[in-house]
Amino acid sequence: MTILNPSRRNASSSASFSRLALGTGLTLGASAALADYTWNFPKPVTPIGRDTLSMHNQFMVVITVLFVVVFAIMLYSMIRHRKSVGAQPAGFSGPTGALQWFWVLVPFAILLFIDFVLMGIPAFHAVIEMEDTRTKADMVLKVTGLQWKWKYEYPDSGIGFVSALSTPREQIEGQAAKGENYLLEVDNEVVLPVGRKVRILLTSTDVIHTWWVPQFGVKRDAIPGFLRETWVRIEEPGVYRGQCAELCGKDHGFMPVVVRAVPEPEYAAWVAGKKAEMAAAAAGSDKAWSKDELMAAGKAAYEKNCAACHQPEGQGIPPAFPALAGSKIVTGPLLSPEGRLIPDSHVDRVLNGKAGTAMQAFKATLSDADLAAIITYERNAFGNNKGDMIQPAQIKALR
Amino acid sequence: MNTATHTLDGHGGHAHQPGGLLRWLTTTNHKDIGTMYLSFSLLMFFVGGAMILAVRAELFQPGLQLMKPEFFNQLIGVHALVMIFAALMPAATGFANWMIPLMIGAPDMALPRLNNWGFWLLPPAAILLTLPFVLALFGIGDGAVATGWTLYAPLSVQGGIGVDFAIFAIHILGISSIMGSINIIATILNMRAPGMTLMKMPLFCWGWLVTAVLLIVTLPVLAGGVTMLLTDRHFGTHFFDAAGGGDPILFQHLFWFFGHPEVYILLLPVWGLMPHVLSTFSRKPVYGHTGQVWSFVAIGVLGLVVWGHHFMTAGLPVPALLYFMYSTMSISLPLAVLFFCWIATMWRGAMSFETPMLFAVGFIVLFGIAGLTGLVLADVAADAQYHHSYFVVAHFHYALFAGGIMGVMTGVYYWLPKWTGHMYSERLGKLHFWLTVISFNLTFMPQFFLGLAGMPRRIPDYALQFAEFNAISTVGSFVLGLSQLLFAYNIWRCIKGGEKASNGVWEGTHGLEWELSSPPPHHSWETQPVIKD
Repeated sequence: MTILNPSRRNASSSASFSRLALGTGLTLGASAALADYTWNFPKPVTPIGRDTLSMHNQFMVVITVLFVVVFAIMLYSMIRHRKSVGAQPAGFSGPTGALQWFWVLVPFAILLFIDFVLMGIPAFHAVIEMEDTRTKADMVLKVTGLQWKWKYEYPDSGIGFVSALSTPREQIEGQAAKGENYLLEVDNEVVLPVGRKVRILLTSTDVIHTWWVPQFGVKRDAIPGFLRETWVRIEEPGVYRGQCAELCGKDHGFMPVVVRAVPEPEYAAWVAGKKAEMAAAAAGSDKAWSKDELMAAGKAAYEKNCAACHQPEGQGIPPAFPALAGSKIVTGPLLSPEGRLIPDSHVDRVLNGKAGTAMQAFKATLSDADLAAIITYERNAFGNNKGDMIQPAQIKALR
Repeated sequence: MNTATHTLDGHGGHAHQPGGLLRWLTTTNHKDIGTMYLSFSLLMFFVGGAMILAVRAELFQPGLQLMKPEFFNQLIGVHALVMIFAALMPAATGFANWMIPLMIGAPDMALPRLNNWGFWLLPPAAILLTLPFVLALFGIGDGAVATGWTLYAPLSVQGGIGVDFAIFAIHILGISSIMGSINIIATILNMRAPGMTLMKMPLFCWGWLVTAVLLIVTLPVLAGGVTMLLTDRHFGTHFFDAAGGGDPILFQHLFWFFGHPEVYILLLPVWGLMPHVLSTFSRKPVYGHTGQVWSFVAIGVLGLVVWGHHFMTAGLPVPALLYFMYSTMSISLPLAVLFFCWIATMWRGAMSFETPMLFAVGFIVLFGIAGLTGLVLADVAADAQYHHSYFVVAHFHYALFAGGIMGVMTGVYYWLPKWTGHMYSERLGKLHFWLTVISFNLTFMPQFFLGLAGMPRRIPDYALQFAEFNAISTVGSFVLGLSQLLFAYNIWRCIKGGEKASNGVWEGTHGLEWELSSPPPHHSWETQPVIKD
C-alpha cells in the first residue's frame, strides 16, 4: 500500500501545529484584553452560593490538571512519535505482565479517587445542605410561576403581589437606549430580610418555570400542580437579579427575578407598607367606580398584563393568541341576567383562563379592581364599543 | 452517485437494476443506501445549521432585531431535532451501511428491503418536522414546534400544530431507526466471515452493535412518551396534568430515559471509528481492543440508568439525587478507558497527520473538554448553577459537535477514497479542519463563561453584561457555518474525480474493508473471506 506524497503531507502538518498554537494564543489574548468579561460565577451571597462556588473552583482546577496532564502526554507522543522524524512504529496492542498492568491501572485508581472522594464527598455534603429546607427556617416565601411573571406570597404576613418585567418595549425593540438593568428589572421587587433562613416553596399555574438567582447558588423548577422547595439565607444587603431558566413559552426571556435583601428593621417597615397598600386595594373593590376611572385603570392594567399576547391594539397573534378586537367572546354578553358567570364568556375567560392554552386564570394574580378595569376596557376599546361595564364589587362576588 | 454507477459496469448479477431516480427509490444495495443516508445527512446538516445561524444572528446584540421570540423558540427546537435525528443519526447509519458488510466480509446487509424502507422513511419525517414553518407562511397554524427539542409537558400540551407534526416525525424517525438497528444486529450476528469471532470483530462494528441495542431499548419509551403527549393534547387524557392526577415530571423521566442513551447512540459509532483511524495513521495495532469492547458495553449499560441528571433542579428526592450523581460520575471510568486506549494507540507509533488524523486528534481533545465538564455537571450542587444555562449548551456542543459531527467528518475523510475510488483534496481538507476547529472554539468556549455568569439558555434577548461573549460566539458561528461549505465542496470534487485511490488507500490500514477495490465491487464480498489468526 502506498501513501500519496508522504513528505509533503508531513511538512504541512508540522506547520499546522504552529498555526494551532498561534490561533489559540490569539483567541485567549484578544479575550483577556476586554475588561468587561465575567469569567466565573457572580459573587455568592448565601452559604449555598459560597459552597457551590468553592466546589466549582476546586473542580475546575481538578479537570484542568487532568486535561493538561492527559493531553501533554498525547502532545509529547504526537511530537516524538512521528513518521517525519523517523519514528519506527512499535507493535504492542495491550498490557502484558504485572508491571504494565500496574501502570495501566494507576490512572483508574486516580480517577476513582477523584470521582468518589475528591469530588464525591464535598458534593455529598453540599447536596444534603442544599436540600435541608426545613431545619431552623425562619420564614416562608411562596413563589408561583405564571406565563410570564412571578407571583410572590408571604404566608406569615399575608402579603402577596405579582412581579413582572419593567423594561419598556421600546428598549427591547431598539427604539430607546437600553438601561443599566436591561431585562433584569421588575415592577415589584421581592424583599427579604438579611440573615434569616427563608424557605422558598415553588409552584406554577401553567407550565414549568425555573426560579434562578445566580448569586444565591439556587435554581429550582416551579411545576404546575406540585410544590417544590429550596432555601436561601442572604448574608449581605443588596439587589440580586436572576431570570426564569426553563423555556416556558414566548416570553421566557422576559421574566426576571429581582430580590432586594434589606436589614430586619427595614424589612418590617416594608411589610407594614405593603399591608397598607393591600388594604387600600381591597377598599377599591368596594367603592363604586365611574366608567372613565375603569377605562383609565383598565388601559394601564391591560398593557401590563395582556398586551404581550393580545397586543396593544387588541389584534392578538392568531392563532395562538386570538384577537380581542371584534372577538365574539369579548363582545358577547357580560353576565347572566341573575348576575352570574356565563361559562366560556368574556368574564369567565379573564377570571378562570382557558385550560391547555397560555390564557391563565387571572383571578389568581389580579385584584378585583384590576380585573373589572381590564374587562371594561377590553369591551370598550379596539372598536368593540359595547358600552357596558363591570364593577370591582361584582368581580368580588364572583370569586 | 458515481461510485455505484462505476461499479455497475464490471460485474454480473444485477443487470435488472433500473436507472435514474427509480434506481435510488428501489435500491437494496448497502452502498447505495449508505450513500443516500450520508447525502441526506449532509443536506440536513446545512438545514439545521442555517436555522441556528439565524438564531446566532439574533443573539449578536442585545435587543430583538430580526425575529419574534416565538419564531426564535421554533428555530432552536427544530435545529436540535434536525441535527440529532436528521443529520447525526443518519450519518452514523450511512457509515454502518457502507462499512459493516465490508468490515465483516459480507456481500450486503442481512435485510436489504428493510434497509431501503428505513432510509425512505427519513425524508417524509424531515418534511413533517419543517413543514409547519412553510404552512405558517400561508396562514396555517402558528409555526413549528416551539418547545425546544425536549418537548416538555405542559408547554408542549399548550403548543400549536407544530407539536403534532414533531410527534409524528419522531414516530417515523423512531421506526426508521429501529429498522436500521434490527438490520445491523442481524447483519453483525449472522454474516461475519468464518473465523471472525465477536471479540475479533472490528471496533466500529462493536460500537454500532451497542448503539443498535440502545436504540431498540430506548426508542419505544420515547415513542410511548410522545404518544401520551398526543393523547393529552387531543383526547382528554391527563398523563402530564396534575389536575387530572398526572405529573409533568413523568414526561421528563420518559424523555430522558431515551434522551441520555441517545447521547451515546450518537457517540458510540464515532468511538468505534476512532481506533481505526488512530491505528492507521500511527501505523500501529489498536491498543486494548478487548478493553474498548467492554467499555462500549459498560457505557451502554450505565447510559441506561443515569437519565435523572438531566433534571436535577426539578426537585428529585435526595436519595435519587445522590444516586444519579454517583452513577453519572461512574461513566467517567469506562470513558477514561477509551481515552487511555486512544492515546496508547498513538504512543510510540509512526504518526502522520492527514485530514482524518487531524480530525481524530481534534475530536479527542475537544471531546475531552466535553467529558471533563460533564464530570462537574454531575455534581448536584454545582449543577444547580450550571443547569439550564449556557454552560450546558457549551458542554453538549463539545460533546455533539466536536464529539459527534467532527467524528463523522473524521470518518468521511477516512473512508471517502474507499467509497469513491478517488483521493479528496488534502489541502482543502486541512483548511477545513483548521477553520472548523478554531471557529468551533470561538463559538462555544465563550458560552461556558456566559453560563457561569448566569445567562439562561433558550432566551432570544439578554442582559447587557452578556453582550461581548455573545458577539464573539456569533462571529465564530458564522465562520464555522461557512467553513462547512468547503467540506461539501471537497466531497463533491472527490466524487467527480481526482487521483485514484489504492485498495488500502492509506499506508497503515489493516482490515477486510481495505482488501477490496476502491470503490468496492457492487456485491462487496461475493466470496466470504476467512479470518485465520
